Amino acid sequence: MQSEEISRLIGKNTGITIYEVEKGAIRRFTDATGDMNPLYRHEEFARKSQFGGIVAPPGFFGWPIKKTVDSALLVEFPPELISALDKEGYPLASALDGGIEFEYFLPVRAGDILSATSTLKSLRERAKMVFFTMETIYLNQHGSKVATAQAQYILRQLAPATIGQESPHA
Amino acid sequence: MPEQLYWEDVSEGMEIPAFDKIATTQMLVRWAGASGDFNPLHYDAVFAAAIGTGRPIVHGALKRQWLIQLATDWMGAAGFLKKFSCQYRAMDYPRNMQTMTVPLAGETWHCKGKVIKKYIEGLAHQVDCDLKLENGKGEVTTSARATVILPSRNP
Repeated sequence: MQSEEISRLIGKNTGITIYEVEKGAIRRFTDATGDMNPLYRHEEFARKSQFGGIVAPPGFFGWPIKKTVDSALLVEFPPELISALDKEGYPLASALDGGIEFEYFLPVRAGDILSATSTLKSLRERAKMVFFTMETIYLNQHGSKVATAQAQYILRQLAPATIGQESPHA
Repeated sequence: MPEQLYWEDVSEGMEIPAFDKIATTQMLVRWAGASGDFNPLHYDAVFAAAIGTGRPIVHGALKRQWLIQLATDWMGAAGFLKKFSCQYRAMDYPRNMQTMTVPLAGETWHCKGKVIKKYIEGLAHQVDCDLKLENGKGEVTTSARATVILPSRNP
């Protein structure tokens, strides 16, 4: 990729995604990980805790930006980034999760309405691989920052013959 | 829940109580639904082969969640996870299912951790911990660092 194109992409964002934190979604999330912590599922226990009610586990934040729509894989990336990478033979559907860094400021409570915006912070290409970092800021319905996440992604360039066939969500 | 842990109970080098996790194809489908990550790489063998991982792999975010649970179980209901970062070092593969409910034999991961630093920052009594996910061969496939705020007996 040209360095001018990379600098053009830095700072592009997904726009705001709104997500309501439902008790049932918290339960399904913790069922899926096998985390039986009563703070996430036991009304009375949670009410008597420091949080005063059911909270979501740290890491629950995949949800607000990954909607269950056709393009589920792609709503977490700015459209300009998706098309630029696709053109270079890096379909985002094949992105690997490279790791994540969370900072938490406030608990996420059942019933909270979160808004999330993800911004491309950095991108580099090396040896037919692309590495990029998305920063997501999560606010609650009071406008307070509840968490930030820096997520790293890794993409491998596909051989030319397969480009255009491996991107079911494009 | 076990008895609440206090900052004064913790010392540098102390081990965090470990637990084991397994993953099955069924559990990965469940995680896909619960997390909203529907990448077919995690449940579609043909797609996974075409993409280059050979076969479906365990979601990095599920492994991350196991290590978050290691920290939150240990810190107790009065603790607060302030920072958490993790790196995926190797791919992990789920067990296939033998019946609707019984998995075949396969990998078991050990979630382990230890306290590396204990300090006060502002008013917060904090500890930093190194956490890791080890496969059956003792290889670390995911490593993490957590900063936890604990209650103090002398706040």
